[in-house]
Amino acid sequence: MKPVNEAKLTFWSRSANEGFARTAAACFAAQLDPTLDEVNDVKTAVSEAVTNCIVHAYPDQLGLIVLRLRLYPDNTLEIVVKDSGVGIPDVDQARTPLWSTGGADRSGMGFTIMESFMDAVKVRSRPGKGTTVTLRRRIARRFPG
Amino acid sequence: MPIACEETGRALTVRVEGEIDHHAARQLMEELSRRLDAALPKSLTLDLGGVAFMDSSGIALVLRAYRRMVALRGSVTLQNVPDQAAKVLKAAGVDRLLPWNE
Repeated sequence: MKPVNEAKLTFWSRSANEGFARTAAACFAAQLDPTLDEVNDVKTAVSEAVTNCIVHAYPDQLGLIVLRLRLYPDNTLEIVVKDSGVGIPDVDQARTPLWSTGGADRSGMGFTIMESFMDAVKVRSRPGKGTTVTLRRRIARRFPG
Repeated sequence: MPIACEETGRALTVRVEGEIDHHAARQLMEELSRRLDAALPKSLTLDLGGVAFMDSSGIALVLRAYRRMVALRGSVTLQNVPDQAAKVLKAAGVDRLLPWNE
C-alpha cells in the first residue's frame, strides 16, 4: 500500500524537542479528523519514542532524530522514530514493563505505553548503529462514505 | 510556576500544571521533593487538574511521591486527573495503587 501523504522531520535530541515532535505528529494526524482521544494517544506514543532517543540512544551527546509520518488510504497513521545512537542490546528486555536503565526519574513504562496506545509497535535495533521504532494506529472514520 | 502548594495542618495539596514530559520532569521532581521534605505531611493530595499532557515521566513523578510518602508513613491521593493523564496512569496500574478522587 502506497502512502497518500508523508512528512519527514529531523531534529536534535534536545529534550525541548519532545513537545515539538508530539505536536508535529498531532498536526499531521489532524487531516484524518481524529477524536481528541485519538490525537492524545498519538501524542503520548510519540513522546515516549522520542524520549527514548534522547535518554537512551544519545546518553552523553546530541544526535539527530528522524520523525517520519505517513498516512495510508485505509486511514492508518504510521509513525517512524529513528535514531543513529547506541542501539538496544536486548529489545525484548527493553520492552518489559518497569524495566529501565534510565535511573530513578524514569518509570520503565515507555514501550508499555506505546503498546497500549497504538495498534502496532515494531522495534528494530542494532547496537552501535541505532534504533527504529515504527508505530501504527488506524484512525476511525467518523463520516463513512 | 508549575507547582503550587497549600498546607493545612499535616495535609499538603500540590497542584501540578503544564505538560509533564521528560523535559519538564526533572524540575518538577526536584520541586516536589523539596516541598515534601519541608512540609513532612501525613497526607499528600496531588491535584493534576492543570496537567495538559502527561507521558510516562508523569508515572515516575507520581511513584516517586508515593514512595516518599510511604517512607513518611503517610498517604497520597490523586485529584482532578484529566482523561489523558488518567489513561497513562491506568496503563501503569497507578489507579490500583492510590486512592483517586474525581
